[in-house]
Amino acid sequence: MIEPVLELKGLTKSFGALKVTDGVDLDLRPGEIHALIGPNGAGKSSLIKLVAGELAANSGSIRFDGREINGLDQIARARLGLTRTFQVSSLIPEFSARGNVMLAAQARHRSVFGFVRQVSRDRELTGEAMQALERVGLADRAAVRVSELSHGEKRLLEIAMALAMRPRIFLMDEPMAGLGQEGSSRLIGFLDNLRREAPILLIEHDMDAVFQLADRISVLVAGRIIARGKADEIRTHPEVRAAYLGEDEA
Amino acid sequence: MRDLVTEHRLNIVLALILLGGPLIAHFADEPFLVTLATRATILALAGVGLNIALGLGGLVSFGHAAFFGLGGYAVGILASHHQTYEPLMTWPFTVNGSNQMLVLWLVAVLVSGLAALVIGALSLRTSGVYFIMITLAFAQMLFFFAISWPAYGGEDGLSIYVRNAFPGVNTLRPLDFFLLCYGVLMLVLLAQWRMTGARFGIALQAVRQNEGRVAALGLSPYRIKLAAFVISGMVTGLAGALYVDLNRFVSPSMMSWHLSGEIMVFIILGGVARLFGPVVGACLFVLFEHVFGSFTEHWQFFLGAALLGVVLFARGGFIGLVAGRARHD
Repeated sequence: MIEPVLELKGLTKSFGALKVTDGVDLDLRPGEIHALIGPNGAGKSSLIKLVAGELAANSGSIRFDGREINGLDQIARARLGLTRTFQVSSLIPEFSARGNVMLAAQARHRSVFGFVRQVSRDRELTGEAMQALERVGLADRAAVRVSELSHGEKRLLEIAMALAMRPRIFLMDEPMAGLGQEGSSRLIGFLDNLRREAPILLIEHDMDAVFQLADRISVLVAGRIIARGKADEIRTHPEVRAAYLGEDEA
Repeated sequence: MRDLVTEHRLNIVLALILLGGPLIAHFADEPFLVTLATRATILALAGVGLNIALGLGGLVSFGHAAFFGLGGYAVGILASHHQTYEPLMTWPFTVNGSNQMLVLWLVAVLVSGLAALVIGALSLRTSGVYFIMITLAFAQMLFFFAISWPAYGGEDGLSIYVRNAFPGVNTLRPLDFFLLCYGVLMLVLLAQWRMTGARFGIALQAVRQNEGRVAALGLSPYRIKLAAFVISGMVTGLAGALYVDLNRFVSPSMMSWHLSGEIMVFIILGGVARLFGPVVGACLFVLFEHVFGSFTEHWQFFLGAALLGVVLFARGGFIGLVAGRARHD
């Protein structure tokens, strides 16, 4: 069996009496897209936050590359190569699209204390940024300020920033949200290839996207994994239909 | 890019006005006006310091008078020891006073930078209104310490009688001293301009706008903010050093919260995060003080009205009004 890159065991997080994550076991193997689905409020985003380090788990373990990372903060985990895209675009509003991706490239080089050389003339950073923007099809919008980008363009910019980080794994929280039919299908094609660069833990509401992309699907309901398997197995799983898909298809 | 060019040109014009005014005053035999311009220049430098933390980093420090005062006291104490020929300390090694500005500036910058490191390390664990209050509290602590420490004048302050020396410059002549201060201000502005577009400046501005995003990229917002706070404190400390040489006097009032507020007013009047914002703000402040102060002691009423006008109708301050919105890449 292939060693998983990311492995969660018995991960638990509660806010007071509310258990948002309840003994979750989950792993992510090289080259795969592992989709996490579940109804609203199931705790999907909380789980991503626990993995990324924005929230601290109460108990359980998170192993990355065979190493326990539960004690590390968000910054340290990002440096190890866990790169996250946000459910609601989280960008630097006054920077241009290119400026945002250059910041990500700069972060990958862990370079902060430069005081003289102008970033705008930094061929290394601009080159990496333009490359990432081209891959998501935003190259012609590079100079546009983020606050003037459309919603869909902001979603793609999130992906471009993640690409510039050259991560070991992607944690993607609803990348398709609000992209529209055409945008979604293009992004599906893109993510399909991206898994070869780094595995993706994908939260997505768009079921077509999930069933097309996912090598494995885990279903989260009320903080617990109730089912796991390939697309066909999940589609026909009775508990899943009852808890989740049933509501959608009705 | 049009806005940027306009601001760039505006900055050059402003720099030339600040240089030309005192030159004209000098040749018109108005040394008082030269001194007034020197005062504006030094206060501008204090504002430039705060602008790095407040403007670029969004760190609303209400305690920058502490660094202004520490820079001032560093100069005052060393210069007074130099004048009395008493060493500052004799054990474990002898430290003598100095009257060399270059030495004094270095000490002032180091002292205020160290203080900013300590104050920043503690204060930056908080944010928002707590940060404002804790920086104010630290400044007040130093203010009351200065008042209650009799060795260097306590509440009455400390006179240094003779302006300190700078190689090749007769610092006693008002125009020479002005040009020295002006040169320092321009050099610091040049450095800030470079820094703003370099990796540190970019990261700092990103932290101001979206701290969580910067952390998610694996950069530590805390370290970035702390470095900015230290740089900011150093620049304001250097301004304090010059201020003491201007007045030949240092007192606890340099550390009062009024002064912290005034430095902040320079930035708001001129334009937050704009390179020449504090320069314009400090000049307007000194101008108001001189013009309205000549016929009423309540001149700050007019300053308040101007501040109100800027906050309500011109959020970008003077620079924003003339050059439009700031641009970033």
